[in-house]
Amino acid sequence: MSNKTDSNSYTIIFAIIMVVIVGSLLAFTASSLKPTIKENERMEKQQNILYAMGVNENEEGSITFISTDKVADVFAEKITEQIVIEVKDGKIIKEMNREEFMAANNKKEPYLIDIKKQQTRAKNGKSRFLPLFKGEQEGKTVYVAPIRGKGLWDAIWGYVALDTDMVVRGAFFDHAGETPGLGANIKQRYFMDDFYGEKLLTDAGVFKGITVAKGNNDPLNKDKDDHEVDALAGATITGDGVAAMIKKDLKLYLPYFQKLKNKN
Amino acid sequence: MALLSKKDTKLITDPLADNNPITIQVLGICSALAITAELKASLVMGVAVLFVLGVGNVVISLMRNIIPSKIRIIVQLIVVASLVIIVDQVLKAYAYELSKTLAVFVGLIITNCIIMGRFEAFALANGPWKSFLDGIGNALGYAVILLIVGFFRELLGSGTLFGIPVLGDPIEKTGLYATGYENNGFMLMPPMALIVVGLIIWVQRSRNKALIED
Repeated sequence: MSNKTDSNSYTIIFAIIMVVIVGSLLAFTASSLKPTIKENERMEKQQNILYAMGVNENEEGSITFISTDKVADVFAEKITEQIVIEVKDGKIIKEMNREEFMAANNKKEPYLIDIKKQQTRAKNGKSRFLPLFKGEQEGKTVYVAPIRGKGLWDAIWGYVALDTDMVVRGAFFDHAGETPGLGANIKQRYFMDDFYGEKLLTDAGVFKGITVAKGNNDPLNKDKDDHEVDALAGATITGDGVAAMIKKDLKLYLPYFQKLKNKN
Repeated sequence: MALLSKKDTKLITDPLADNNPITIQVLGICSALAITAELKASLVMGVAVLFVLGVGNVVISLMRNIIPSKIRIIVQLIVVASLVIIVDQVLKAYAYELSKTLAVFVGLIITNCIIMGRFEAFALANGPWKSFLDGIGNALGYAVILLIVGFFRELLGSGTLFGIPVLGDPIEKTGLYATGYENNGFMLMPPMALIVVGLIIWVQRSRNKALIED
């Protein structure tokens, strides 16, 4: 290597030019791929919501979403109403439908509401928006609510479909980085399917939630009144995380469901 | 004239076996342990490293005479990092499902010692074509080990290959499971990947005594 490349001024100029070239190259890639990436995320959310409602292409044992080319149409068809509830301190402040919410929030679709941001808002003592998706399943009305919590390593989230009595009519869970083969199994169908039919409320109408329980002597999960589903082997903390997020996030919807019931 | 001279062919075939980056140079172990629980992830990781190392080696080789030696490592890091970001973005845009399974690991290609090692040891001293072949060879050597480890871990740990059940249904107890076989959850944990890599190293060295160091 020549001496020229060893001088300080050469080094600095080289570094500056390199940063400019690399920076613009990356900026170009990122901005040209951004629409496709956003579109993928949007479709994923729609697929997950529909999955929780039981609209999917599951075969035996596997989890198969509505295919991406159909998902937008199916979503528009099956989700009859998107509701956004604004709550503060466990009380409903305001109820909005999709059009009202979009008009107030730069045309943002309710299903794109970032739950994490809403949780932070609630923590800071502000009101938070709760999205709810209304659809039909076997002739009955179901409501799909998003939930989000902490697993062992990273975030876990999901969607739970509820009927008007707050009985689970389907669930979908996903995770960012749980252990493959252990906690990551919350994404498996046999775990999600166990939630079907479990009640969130006690007979007296008090919110109890669902515990992911070890050794509940009900491995086939036939007893749907015990508020327990069978745990995943070797994934205690992830299981507890699932139970905690169901309890914490779905409880917020309780006033709304009570109101629905009183109306009928 | 053949497309590749004898020397060129050696650049590709050497890292596949007798100079394998994982089993002989013992580089890139971390990612080999982390992502090999599924065969599909191993494959995509192999392809991603193939791209990053192939292109990166050529870029570094082209710049080898103008890179200031004082900031040599930083320049190499910038090249790897930008290539990795491109791979990550492209995966998110065109293979969204996979990008989620790989998640943080694609980003971790930056810390893959094989890449920095090849930049330092080869691309800084050789022309672009040779560097390209060297990059491809080493990435393939890496990918081969990843696929072997992924094969055993997925087969014994989940009873599937590329996500397709091959041993029967563990819940309905069909196929091999009917005989009392159970999936071995240990295979899915990183320590078992280390043991599988160790076994590969063992087999390789017992077959070729020249590889054994004193």
